[in-house]
Amino acid sequence: MSMLSEKPAMAGRLLAYVDALSEGVAQEMERDPSVFLFGLDVDDHKAIQGSTRGLVQRFGPNRVFGTPLSEDAMTGVAIGAAMAGMRPIHVHIRMDFLMLCMNQLVNIAAKAHYMFGGAVSVPMVVRCMIGKSWGQGAQHSQGLHSLFMHIPGLKVVAPSNAYDAKGLMAAAIRDNNPVVFVEHRLLYFTDAYVPEESYTVELGKARVTAPGTDITLVGVSNMVMECLRARELLAQVGISAEVVDLVSLQPLDSDTVLASASKTGKLLMVDNAWTMCGASAEVLARVAESEEGAGVRMARMGFAPTTCPMSPELEKVFYPNAATIAAKAHSMLRPGSDWMPDEKAAQLSYQMTFRGPF
Amino acid sequence: MKDTSDTRRLFRQLLRIRLIEERVAAIYPSDKIKSPIHLSIGQEAISVAVCDVLQPQDIIAVSYRGHAGYLAKGGDLKGMIAEMYGKPAGCAFGKGGSMHLVSAEAGVMGASAVVGTHIPLAAGQALAAKLRGEDKVIVCFFGDGATEEGCFAETLNFAALHKLPLFFVCENNGYAIHSPLKKRWANLDICARVRAYGVPAVRTETSDVTVMRAAAEAAVAAIRDGEGPQFLEAVTYRWLEHVGPNEDYAAGYRSRDEMEPWENEDPVARLAAVMDAAWVEKTRAEIAAEIDEAVEFAEQSPIHQQEDLYRHVYAQ
Ligand SMILES: Cc1ncc(C[n+]2csc(CCOP(=O)(O)OP(=O)(O)O)c2C)c(N)n1
Ligand SMILES: [Mg+2]
Repeated sequence: MSMLSEKPAMAGRLLAYVDALSEGVAQEMERDPSVFLFGLDVDDHKAIQGSTRGLVQRFGPNRVFGTPLSEDAMTGVAIGAAMAGMRPIHVHIRMDFLMLCMNQLVNIAAKAHYMFGGAVSVPMVVRCMIGKSWGQGAQHSQGLHSLFMHIPGLKVVAPSNAYDAKGLMAAAIRDNNPVVFVEHRLLYFTDAYVPEESYTVELGKARVTAPGTDITLVGVSNMVMECLRARELLAQVGISAEVVDLVSLQPLDSDTVLASASKTGKLLMVDNAWTMCGASAEVLARVAESEEGAGVRMARMGFAPTTCPMSPELEKVFYPNAATIAAKAHSMLRPGSDWMPDEKAAQLSYQMTFRGPF
Repeated sequence: MKDTSDTRRLFRQLLRIRLIEERVAAIYPSDKIKSPIHLSIGQEAISVAVCDVLQPQDIIAVSYRGHAGYLAKGGDLKGMIAEMYGKPAGCAFGKGGSMHLVSAEAGVMGASAVVGTHIPLAAGQALAAKLRGEDKVIVCFFGDGATEEGCFAETLNFAALHKLPLFFVCENNGYAIHSPLKKRWANLDICARVRAYGVPAVRTETSDVTVMRAAAEAAVAAIRDGEGPQFLEAVTYRWLEHVGPNEDYAAGYRSRDEMEPWENEDPVARLAAVMDAAWVEKTRAEIAAEIDEAVEFAEQSPIHQQEDLYRHVYAQ
């Protein structure tokens, strides 16, 4: 099979997503002296909410350093260094700030290899985090991955768990292309079995995270966790859902989605972003365009088509959650019968414990 | 400093902002305010001094650290507290939170939490005023960190080129989050860098609100006389953590010694000492009552209905 194995690992120790990120970077920095990491606040005591913890102490301020607030120029600096043979990791505490980097990423990083006929390459990683909750509001909560998926030459990955976070980090650093590495703030607290030794998770492969027969739930990033919880809720009413984690958004493993959807006959894609022109639109289009996908009933969910509000009451309605996902899946399978799981019981504990400010 | 009507007005504003910020900090641990808060405690005198020389038609642009500017320009207190509570009665309908204060009535442009983005927006306001021939000064408050964004340099050049009625006020508190100036600036003389663009620049290094007021008065007068943009570097100190209600001197990136001179020079305490004590107490009580009322208003005001989510996506 071409997809990633269902059970990523049962070896190693339980490690938090946030620690898996820094371990992944540290092992690559150890292996390859051309890797360096920089960005606003990567070297302070908060260490990007822990994800760069210990790196400056271990590798020194030449290879791990904070920058002025100059994201646009710093992106250019990363690209230039990559062209010179270095492997920079440029870190942003929120994905929203990547909007300052668009020109360099889209017009140079994505295009250089092609435009110069293979004469140069841009092996770099752009780390960024999607925020959620505690009134992050309009400018600290956006999932903008589809903007980058749109551009040939960029790769985009979005790990949903600690195992993939570490393995994808190694793969992204070793990749010879610019990779946008999308993290999620609320996943930072979650843990998974993570091997101590270095390993890679191949870019461009999805994973069937939990098997099922009645409907396929496809999730991105934090929404994979919501889909897994929705799967449990659906099981309580006798519905068997298969959960697919896209893991990699560009390249996109539509074969794995297609195999699952043509088996179950139903596909519900849940993105950690808006649906308009988003990853969910792309996935559904690919299934619709394929022969095997003919006849698959499809739907998608994502952020409400609004800006993210600060108000806690409105924020609750803005996001899909396990209960609304399960209800939607249920309505696709049993049209006409209303069912809504208890929203409180459906809440994920790692989200309930999150307390701001960021 | 003496007890005059001028110092009373300035003191009242300073004390009011200080007490409001302290109340917000006191409420914060209750989790009633689910919004990141960037308090201006220690930096209030800049907003107070500058806004004191403005006219009602003038406009200010502030950042996520915007409570002091919003209040000094006359933004509604109830609207501010309700905004932090995420209530529809808030100044941004409870959709923005602490980082996105706005007041069309008081002349406060909506605040942005993406550092530096509001600097060119302020220039746009200034351009509009100039094109319409309005007697308006636009003030843009921003931090030392914001000057590192490309749009700051680009806006300086444009504002100088077009002689815009724009007052750049850099609140230099020495840090961008935890990163000190010396890790970010090769040339610490920002005024010299700004002058190279053709924008006159002045530096104050004091918490004396009257000194800052005099600097602001001269700059705003020059702008009203058509001399084009002016720049003020107001050196200051952030007493609390970057975001949140607590002190953070134990975190290790700065020491409390650094703050002490600022605390000793605290304009709130220094002015209080020269004012008539009975008047100070009366003022303090009036402000406390106003704050009580605003907090009560925010707590009692209704929460959103679900359909409010879909309002304001597009203008009608
Ligand atoms: C474009 C952008 N980059 C990074 C951030 C994260 N951030 C928020 S505040 C801040 C520091 C800003 O420092 P300064 O301009 O000096 O203002 P201060 O907070 O000291 O008032 C940073 C880096 C952001 N909000 N926007
Ligand atoms: Mg600062």
